[in-house]
Amino acid sequence: MAYPTDRKYTKEHEWIQASGTSATIGITDYAQESLGDIVFVELPKVGAELASGKTFGTVESVKAVSDLYAPASGTVTEINGELATAPEIVNKNPHGSWMLKITLKNAGELDGLLSAADYDKFVAEESGH
Amino acid sequence: MVDFNGWDMPVEYPAAIGCGIINEHMAVRTGVGIFDVSHMGDIRLAGPQALAAVQHISMNDASRLAIGQAQYSALLYPQGTFVDDVIVHRLGVDEYLLVINAGTREKDFNWVRDNTRQFDCAVENLSDDFTQIAIQGPKAVDVLQKLTDADLSAVRFYWVTRGTVCGLKNTLIARTGYTAEDGFEIYVPADEATSARVWNEILSAGKEFGLVPCGLGARNTLRLEGKLPLYGHEISDTINVWEAGLDRFCKMEKPEFVGRTALEKAKAGTLTRTLVGLEMTERGIARDGYKVLDGGGREIGYITSGSPAPFLKKNIALAYVPPEFAAVGTVLKVEVRGQGVGAQVVPTPFYRRPKKNL
Repeated sequence: MAYPTDRKYTKEHEWIQASGTSATIGITDYAQESLGDIVFVELPKVGAELASGKTFGTVESVKAVSDLYAPASGTVTEINGELATAPEIVNKNPHGSWMLKITLKNAGELDGLLSAADYDKFVAEESGH
Repeated sequence: MVDFNGWDMPVEYPAAIGCGIINEHMAVRTGVGIFDVSHMGDIRLAGPQALAAVQHISMNDASRLAIGQAQYSALLYPQGTFVDDVIVHRLGVDEYLLVINAGTREKDFNWVRDNTRQFDCAVENLSDDFTQIAIQGPKAVDVLQKLTDADLSAVRFYWVTRGTVCGLKNTLIARTGYTAEDGFEIYVPADEATSARVWNEILSAGKEFGLVPCGLGARNTLRLEGKLPLYGHEISDTINVWEAGLDRFCKMEKPEFVGRTALEKAKAGTLTRTLVGLEMTERGIARDGYKVLDGGGREIGYITSGSPAPFLKKNIALAYVPPEFAAVGTVLKVEVRGQGVGAQVVPTPFYRRPKKNL
């Protein structure tokens, strides 16, 4: 899998794509593949505050429950309403199916996250390939 | 792959080959799927007192079995709780095969051996001798019939036969399974080359019927829709037969079996909990171990198994609750991440396969 280079990644398998002070967050292809069929996504409401490294929601597949971790701190400005009725779009297009948008508190936080190449290397090690 | 009681087993097969729990589950409900269930254990009892031994250690009535017939049963502790559930197959006049769970293989074998010493009957652990493959779904019969000379139309549900399968003579073929669907389980020699060959021949023969390989994930969701118990969840060494609602497989008219005395006593007393089926009425998925609350938010029980049900397209669960909360229609809550999420007691099994004449 070639991970898009236009964004940053976490070791908890979220991606974050920043544009100025706003950013879009989702989960990676590796995450969706590990989870399998995604059936439920629980997200915070617009206006909620995310704290970098803390959980902000939950994603459930048929077999597992997994926490979502904030790649950066900020205020939620929009959530992807489509996920309430069609969570399987995350399996089909993980890097296009965003979960929420935030206003970044400190864009500098992204500097500490993984690049696409580093993330690729990280998941290769994690999956034992 | 996950470690399942020492067995390296797939939870699901890759999406790239059309698998994944939902697709695997749906294939079994509407077509056919195969499972490698070699982790199941096999104990053979043979000898002049084999029937007496089986009667002593199991709660169902094995004297009702004709040669070639099988029954669901359980091995119990003296207190009426579960050592394990089993399928008892009668293979010959004085020959029985008990098929048991992976997680309890050693415990079960030791327990069976220790509790049958007084009988003139040999007890053998054949668990490592067989690769057990389950072919399950309404089209399972069509797939397997391509690979065997045995007339499968003559084998009724919960009966066994022998035949040549994939060139292997005298292969045991049982019309059994753990999916709440029609299907077969075959027992082939455990060597890797033979096992792989048979597996691949079934995959090829099943291609025209849309057969897919299925993992532990679909095995669990399929058995849950059918309310088939899983050891360590609905049944365990602390849960008795009446609580688990397995009364119809426990033959109290048998004069003696391990656990009978305690069960008789328990029957005279009052039940403190009973197994019920729940359907989530609000957004949320009940999972194993979650708390069950009454309408007012008081903790009254726990979920034994909970999951999205791929065929029923609902979030379902089994739970132990006090009998006063067991009536169909009772409104309850399941605590999901600290929140009480609405649920309702529903009739079980959640899924029953359409009747057809076998």
